Amino acid sequence: MREMDALSALAGGALIGAAAVLLMLSLGRIAGIAGITGGLIGAGSGDAGWRLAFIAGLIAGPFLPALFGVPMPSVHVDASIPVVVVAGILVGFGVRLGSGCTSGHGVCGLARLSPRSLAATLVFMATAMAVVFAIRHVIGG
Amino acid sequence: MIAPMRGVIGIGMALLAGLLFGAGLSVSRMIDPAVVLAFLDVAAIPGGNWDGSLALVMAAAVGVTLAGYRLVLRRATPLFAPAFQVPTTRIIDGRLIGGALLFGLGWGLVGYCPGPALAGIGLGALKTWVFVGAMTAGMLLYRLVTERRGTGGAPVALSRK
Repeated sequence: MREMDALSALAGGALIGAAAVLLMLSLGRIAGIAGITGGLIGAGSGDAGWRLAFIAGLIAGPFLPALFGVPMPSVHVDASIPVVVVAGILVGFGVRLGSGCTSGHGVCGLARLSPRSLAATLVFMATAMAVVFAIRHVIGG
Repeated sequence: MIAPMRGVIGIGMALLAGLLFGAGLSVSRMIDPAVVLAFLDVAAIPGGNWDGSLALVMAAAVGVTLAGYRLVLRRATPLFAPAFQVPTTRIIDGRLIGGALLFGLGWGLVGYCPGPALAGIGLGALKTWVFVGAMTAGMLLYRLVTERRGTGGAPVALSRK
């Protein structure tokens, strides 16, 4: 990892943390992307306004750093379309079943020192690492 | 403050929080699945080609959130909503672990988790849109399965102090 990348990682992480704190301070909500989007799907809970606003911000947000001269990162998705579809369904179903994703459990949950979130984070991290190992070094190697 | 005004300001705050979150994903490069996969490839650690960025992103995000939550949760209520809605369940059960397993499988296959995938839909890559579409279908599927079994609704108890 280059030194510049390490600084970018820390700065980006701090921004994500600031977003989580702001959402808790203003609306009392956990900044979990799975929960915020999942709450829009079939729930009919009548609180779609803030969820849609957050998602609109999330989509526009990546363009903000460019205004300050920070280069836009490019996106590389190497997996084939069928794999992308299967992975998307697994992620969508899994984060709802497990009540959280990298942001809900991995950031907000760990920050609340929640044992549930620690367990979930360890499981999805270890599983994803095992999948990458299998693809890159067992099947691909 | 009158109620409608509170609602409008609250929605503005959610927009601002989303903007900060999306900017953070972009600055940290987590919006690129290749960077995430480079972190998940732990076999690269001995060779010195490992990209540990994601660990630094998580450490900074958790650190800021931990400190911020300590201050914020001292308040009786949030600024623009009636109550804090924080999960209080402490049970580690099959749903939690099974869900994390399925999520981890999908995450490792492509390198996308929900935040970076959604944040990336403005960047114009076809596969990002396909992933977000499939992820939405997965969430809908979950909804259908739990409704059929009559176990839908909030999966965790929420405190509304």
